[in-house]
Amino acid sequence: MAFTHYPAVNTFISSFFLAGKGGAAPEFVGLENYRFLLEDKIFWKVLKNNLVFASCTIPLSIALAMTMAFLVNAGLPGQAWLRLSYFVPTVLPMIAVANIWLFFYTPEYGLLEQVRRFLGFSGVNWLGSESTALYCVIAVAVWKDAGFFMIFYLAALQQIPPSLGEAAMVEGASRFTYYRRVAIPLIMPTTLFVLVNATINAFRMVDHLFVLTQGGPNNASSLLLYYIYEVSFKFWDTGYGATLTLVLLLFLGLASILQFGVLEKKVHYR
Amino acid sequence: MLKQTVKPQFLVLAFALLLLLSSTALAEKVSLTFYFPVAVGGPITKVIEGMTESFMKENPDIKITPVYAGIYRETLTKALTALKGGEPPHVAVLLSTDMYTLIDEDAVVPYDEILPAQEMGFVKDYYPGFMQNSQTGGKTWGIPFQRSTIVMYWNKEAFKEAGLDPNTPPKTWTEMLDFAKKLTKKDASGVVSQWGVAIPTTGYAYWLFQALAIENGIELMNPAGTEVYFNKPASVEALQFLVDLSRKYEVSPKGTIDWATTPKDFFERKTAIMWTTTGNLTNVRNNAKFDFGVGMLPANKRPGSPTGGGNFYIFKKATPAERKAAVQFVKWMTTAERAAQWGIDTGYVAVRPDAWETKLMKDYVQTFPYAAVARDQLQHAVAELSTHENQRVTKALDDAIQAAVNGTKTPAEALNEAQAEAERILRRYKR
Repeated sequence: MAFTHYPAVNTFISSFFLAGKGGAAPEFVGLENYRFLLEDKIFWKVLKNNLVFASCTIPLSIALAMTMAFLVNAGLPGQAWLRLSYFVPTVLPMIAVANIWLFFYTPEYGLLEQVRRFLGFSGVNWLGSESTALYCVIAVAVWKDAGFFMIFYLAALQQIPPSLGEAAMVEGASRFTYYRRVAIPLIMPTTLFVLVNATINAFRMVDHLFVLTQGGPNNASSLLLYYIYEVSFKFWDTGYGATLTLVLLLFLGLASILQFGVLEKKVHYR
Repeated sequence: MLKQTVKPQFLVLAFALLLLLSSTALAEKVSLTFYFPVAVGGPITKVIEGMTESFMKENPDIKITPVYAGIYRETLTKALTALKGGEPPHVAVLLSTDMYTLIDEDAVVPYDEILPAQEMGFVKDYYPGFMQNSQTGGKTWGIPFQRSTIVMYWNKEAFKEAGLDPNTPPKTWTEMLDFAKKLTKKDASGVVSQWGVAIPTTGYAYWLFQALAIENGIELMNPAGTEVYFNKPASVEALQFLVDLSRKYEVSPKGTIDWATTPKDFFERKTAIMWTTTGNLTNVRNNAKFDFGVGMLPANKRPGSPTGGGNFYIFKKATPAERKAAVQFVKWMTTAERAAQWGIDTGYVAVRPDAWETKLMKDYVQTFPYAAVARDQLQHAVAELSTHENQRVTKALDDAIQAAVNGTKTPAEALNEAQAEAERILRRYKR
């Protein structure tokens, strides 16, 4: 109760108030925070950003995780090393990771720019352009998440009885057919689990923004949670922060209903 | 007989006990937490920690715990979060422009409420230009510490290569544009290896833009911090100039220019001229592998720069004893000698005229005349943009500047929106 329901209810109540300045009591403003939400251009921008972020990071990180898991499960030489290198991003702290990527993206002498310059292209300001900043942030998130999800897939793949693979081979199925018809259907419950996590991550991932872009330029890479942080802890507009938080809760609620209510029925192979 | 032999021992014991008690009473230290930000390159945390250690050596009854809290904005967030959590720092260095925010949050206490009126004379020791953002309503809320103005750094070698006199910096916008065109190096396929000029547009975009606005003859806010003038024609022109540098004349990188990496761009010869705080002076001096110059910002209708940087604030929650100790610490940190040393260690402007009269500073300026540029620029300086809900209002302006340099909005559109947003935010503070 204290840790799950109380904060949610409290957030709901706070969203009807305007934060009092300097310890003054909050003022009841009814639906004004909600009315402002509708006309807040930054909110609509970060919402759109977050949807783009989710629709890129979720499929990309899942596809990448699955591919990597197949690779490290296939018994190739040096697979211990491979597993380690795929998993490393997961164990690094996000702030450190973001600092490394900051160097990749630096205009003029960053790693990406050096490669491009070597190939004869002119400079791109990756994090400083409204058109590229969000995708740079997405790339970091995918890179970070994929290694983590790979672990679940690896575990799931190793649960598949080897006899199924042997049977497929006897039947003359190609490796591709084996994956498509046997392995992937069998790891669907894992995919659901990963999907839930990826969705949560897409709305929860925020730490690298502090280092990479601070949501800029002109909010081009800002996400919902980062905006909530700004409104609540930089501007101390806790009432509006609560309103935004409710929107976030709403999204996560919808996602979980969809995933557990609809998809769960379809993933278990019976 | 026995009693008589015991008695003196007893006395000694009692005396020792008394001594022990009184010495613990004496040693009862006042402990202060001190938040500070780092906004420039170089080993600033080490310098600050060194200073607090020598303070504690001289004042054994006070214990200071310095806490590095990120850049200015993060330090404010941290301090206010701690305040709401009930344990604010006792003393903190925060932007001078955070004054209204801190007052509105009822976070800080003015020095006048800690010290009796006859002891307040010391505020006259600091440059009046720095006190503009430190006093309001007849009270002193902040004491200047790491204060600055924006200055222009130029690479003398690049000037020579471009056929310019390395000792003559551009004095006006037109000259800066001319010079920058000559300084921009492009190869046949249009790949730029050296830009003419870089004016950062992240981190403190509003601050650098304010310099352009001042030079174009406009101040961005009223002294009460309740009105802003973002979309006046002179402001729009100033932003247009900034946008044109990259988008029309192509003498500056496109998109936003990062505050934190601009000095590095300068060291790496990616830009021949940069605008940044004088607080980076020592950083540049230690890291630039070429001869460089430092000058006042070029003028348009007038010369000018906003002042900038951080003040010492004392938090209201501190007990009277802690407040007293905090003032003692603040005064110690800003004595003439210390201000001079701090200025030399960083490049920040020593905050009081008598610091420049110390032998230490005189010798330094003798060997390194650029140390005095920011001080000399003070006569043209204007108070930094500061309003109620400063973080929010400056974010509106930052967003507008970034949209304009990215070409997603025209300067006029962007500034009209920022103006409307700022007016909405400031509505509740207007009487």
